[in-house]
Amino acid sequence: MHYYEEDDLERFGEIGKHRPDLFEKFMAWYDAVQQDGALSRREKALIGLAVAHALQCPYCIDAYAKACLEAGSNMEQMTEAIHMASAIRGGAALIHGIQAHNAVNKVSM
Amino acid sequence: MSLPVLSIKSFEDSLAAHGHSELRAGGLTTLQVNVGKVCNQACKHCHVDAGPNRKESMTEETVEQVLTAVRRFRIPTVDITGGAPELNPHFEYLVIESRKAGARVLVRHNLTVQFVEGKTHLAEFFREHRVEVIASLPYFLAQQTDAQRGAGVFDKSLIALRQLNEVGFGLEETGLLLNLVYNPVGAFLPPNQAGIERDFKRELLTRYGVAFNHLYTITNMPISRFLDYLRRSGNYERYMQKLVASFNPATVEGLMCRDLISVSWDGRLYDCDFNQMIELPLVNGLPQTISEFDLAALIGRRINTANHCYGCTAGAGSSCGGATAS
Repeated sequence: MHYYEEDDLERFGEIGKHRPDLFEKFMAWYDAVQQDGALSRREKALIGLAVAHALQCPYCIDAYAKACLEAGSNMEQMTEAIHMASAIRGGAALIHGIQAHNAVNKVSM
Repeated sequence: MSLPVLSIKSFEDSLAAHGHSELRAGGLTTLQVNVGKVCNQACKHCHVDAGPNRKESMTEETVEQVLTAVRRFRIPTVDITGGAPELNPHFEYLVIESRKAGARVLVRHNLTVQFVEGKTHLAEFFREHRVEVIASLPYFLAQQTDAQRGAGVFDKSLIALRQLNEVGFGLEETGLLLNLVYNPVGAFLPPNQAGIERDFKRELLTRYGVAFNHLYTITNMPISRFLDYLRRSGNYERYMQKLVASFNPATVEGLMCRDLISVSWDGRLYDCDFNQMIELPLVNGLPQTISEFDLAALIGRRINTANHCYGCTAGAGSSCGGATAS
């Protein structure tokens, strides 16, 4: 038994057991977001994969890795998307170094 | 080989739920001829279980029976498949005579057979007889292609594609058609056909200088070697559930079994090449062999289905001519 069970992804609909009205609204929005628009489904799946990694959500990583394959992406493209997420996460951590500099400067002579 | 027991809604029930109490053929425009299981490759997804060690190959007598049906009933399209159909000793005769009978001839070509001794003239042969070439290339990169079709297949396929381009295939101005087939390299559904065709055209041209006409996306069928892979890799249940959940009633109208009949290397008739491989015959009372071929009896026939048929109705649909719904 792990905290994350692969089969639980298929049970997502059970969230709608309580306040189904809210879940239905969420699903309608979620489905609409996935459709081809100014961005293609393939681009959106790659964004989904990148965000899934930034959030480190195992369900989302599983779902969007497959979504990327089914949208025609390959591992080179998917890996670049993952690096984008990682680089921004890394950069986001690093830029906070300025906060540390500021804090240190404030109390230093 | 029968499918393992799995608790899913039957294909017939899914059809019925969408107003199709039974699946019936329309007209019959294509005779798909599987001339045998002999192949120079042994691809991991092959629904024919074809390979270099197979011996099954259509005899001259059966080829003559096929040609008799083509001529007598003026079959518009003869779609020749295998195995590598070019390895059947009567392949060229079948092509030439089908063309003489006025049929459009499609050949399902694995590209690398052009490197087999005695087959290096194939590009020129296809051009001379204005065959429509349908070539397998699951992806525009070596890693994915070789993972499915064997080490070194991608590089050889590129050389073969260039040879086809050199004699005029895949170039708009010649009218010589070179269509490619995309199969997912694994347990997932194909992408949108128009989108991946654009990717293939751009990548094959810019990376390798290769041109082609159209890309057909085909779903891997849960039978034979691909079924073995699904079971071995622990993907069978999820894949079947995905196919069932992706049932798209809009694909039913364009199902390929509705306008083709499939003949096996030993002359038996089936509703499609997949039914042929699992030995699911035409329903009782219909002609069962090519020697008994009767167009009137086969038009409008009831089609024999099983759960692998979900492969043709999932998502945008799948057929030997690619997606069947948008």
